[in-house]
Amino acid sequence: MWRSVTFRLALIYVLVFGASVTLLLGFIYWSTAGYMEQQTEATIEAEIRGLAERYRLTSLDGLVRSIDDRIERNPFSSTIYLLTNSRYARVAGNLDRWPTAPADADGWLEFTLEQVGGSGERHQARARSFVLAGDFHLLVGRDMFELRATQALIARTLAWGVAITAMLAFAGAVMMSRSTAKRLETINATSRRIMRGDLSQRIPTRGTHDEFDQLAANLNGMLDQIQQLMDGVRHVSDNIAHDLKTPLTRLRNRLEQLAHDRHADREEAELALADADAMLATFNALLRIARIEAGARREAFTTVPLRSVVEDAAELYEALAEERGQSLHVSIEAEPSIQGDRDLLFQAVANLLDNAIKYTPPGGRLDIALTRAQSGAAIRVADCGPGIPDKEHARVLERFVRLEDSRSTPGNGLGLSLVAAVAKLHNAEVRFEEASPGLVVSLVFSDAA
Amino acid sequence: MQTGLARGAPASRAWDDSTRMKILIIEDDVDTRRFLAKGLREAGHVVDEAGDGEDGLHQAMEGSHDVAVIDRMLPQRDGLSIVRELRGSGRATPVLILSALGDVDDRVEGLHAGGDDYLVKPFAFAELSARLDALTRRHDAEAPATVLHVDSLEMDLLKRTVHRSGRLIRLQPREFKLLEFLMRHAGQVVTRTMLLEGVWDYHFDPQTNVIDVHISRLRAKVDKDFEVPLIHTVRGAGYRLSTDS
Repeated sequence: MWRSVTFRLALIYVLVFGASVTLLLGFIYWSTAGYMEQQTEATIEAEIRGLAERYRLTSLDGLVRSIDDRIERNPFSSTIYLLTNSRYARVAGNLDRWPTAPADADGWLEFTLEQVGGSGERHQARARSFVLAGDFHLLVGRDMFELRATQALIARTLAWGVAITAMLAFAGAVMMSRSTAKRLETINATSRRIMRGDLSQRIPTRGTHDEFDQLAANLNGMLDQIQQLMDGVRHVSDNIAHDLKTPLTRLRNRLEQLAHDRHADREEAELALADADAMLATFNALLRIARIEAGARREAFTTVPLRSVVEDAAELYEALAEERGQSLHVSIEAEPSIQGDRDLLFQAVANLLDNAIKYTPPGGRLDIALTRAQSGAAIRVADCGPGIPDKEHARVLERFVRLEDSRSTPGNGLGLSLVAAVAKLHNAEVRFEEASPGLVVSLVFSDAA
Repeated sequence: MQTGLARGAPASRAWDDSTRMKILIIEDDVDTRRFLAKGLREAGHVVDEAGDGEDGLHQAMEGSHDVAVIDRMLPQRDGLSIVRELRGSGRATPVLILSALGDVDDRVEGLHAGGDDYLVKPFAFAELSARLDALTRRHDAEAPATVLHVDSLEMDLLKRTVHRSGRLIRLQPREFKLLEFLMRHAGQVVTRTMLLEGVWDYHFDPQTNVIDVHISRLRAKVDKDFEVPLIHTVRGAGYRLSTDS
């Protein structure tokens, strides 16, 4: 339990709260009990001055009469009066003799009272002494018993207050930490189930949209993503297995023939080698696509002027187009630059041109254009081939997809996948449009300089 | 076969197939190493082999080889650190780095460490052989040239003109660069990848044999009207500019 964050937080909360409450109640004590003590002293002070005035006005007899009067009027009051002469012999008052305790600088002294005729219990008293003209000593004070008792009562009550508060705070903290711990445990429990293999599990949310719900929603989003990627991987592995079995089988057949053939056929061996090379090329392309998708190459991005990429690619493929009697037209309408990888961009454009040349009939026309598009740029490659039907637009960007009509043409179905991967890395989009006849493939970059 | 490399070059070297190189191969995969060693020995070279990093470094430091083929992933000491040690000790032996890693960054890293060329596995033996030749050739020819000669073909690098047997051949800029590359590697096999890197300055995989078309266009201008063809196709490898086929 001590290691639990929620428990420790609760404990800290209790301590802080407890300290605050103690301070508050201490203040209350000081305000009340302390005040009461101050008031008592003030009363005594006032009384003694009043009596001193009386003495001045009415001399000794008047004073004695005042004192007796006061005692008579309140026989059970806790006020103490004592008037003595210069030799401390009693003249008037309800105290039998002058206390032996010394007075402090202001004339205050504390002493013990013994009740006359009482239970013999001893009370503390506090009194002020005053010297009157004629060397008479006047003492006015209070039996502090009641006061002290009241103060003790207040103190005790407040102490209980602190204790009860601490207990309640602790209980509240424990409850709150339990509820938090429970919500965390739901997340942990779901995670454990997922780790044991059930990827379809999701963390339950309470619909309160608080921080825990947000955490749960985000984790669920991550799990969705992971599941999607895993499905993708499974899909691709199935595709790879399926699509590479054919050339691999063909290779095996050739090699088997070579093994059995008495006359070693160089031609056959070279064909087998070509098959192996083709498969290696496919694997290499797959690896490239995977690494591009992993996004690691973003770190090496530089400023790439798209014009040079387009022109260089066009120049490279123009020879091929010419050989097939096709005409390639280059149109540069803008000169944007983007942050990217020059080789990858070149590869993407090259693949698009390659496709365009492949699918355009001899004598046809090809166009490649570089334009500005909104805040970015676009590279468009147009051909006059069979085009791609609308419903296949998304599919052709996947790995190994070859449309029925083109199964006979050379290619491994990865060209557009690579274009898609490069586009994604550069925050660009791949769009298909009908050119009737033909297809227009656009690489649209969202921000270009 | 004689190919004059450049005017003013020190003693024009007779480059024929029996020119031996002393090659060091540092590769831990036994099959690959044996395959490479066998192929290179059959081509007439002397081959030393090492199967791990420490032995490889030792041999490289002692050996005075003409060229070294070093794999990146080696036990005990990795390939790049061997190259760095070699360069650090002042040895200028040309190094071709083999790697299963293929990104441009890895290539740049390899060349930065002191390597001279970088080849990604799997590769065709012909590719390796062509690049090794190119490396040793580069090592020899130090003098900068203004005119390139191959047989009856003459290229003036300053005037940007090409003549064969005295006749002017009009070439487009890219064709000129292509021919220049072939001439600088005269007598050697030049692979399509080498051409893409050297002439077009891009590192990528073409889906079709787009290079072949450029070569045939060049052939039409350089070889067609002449008796002896100079541009030859080497099956399974690439091209070669030379008087013999």
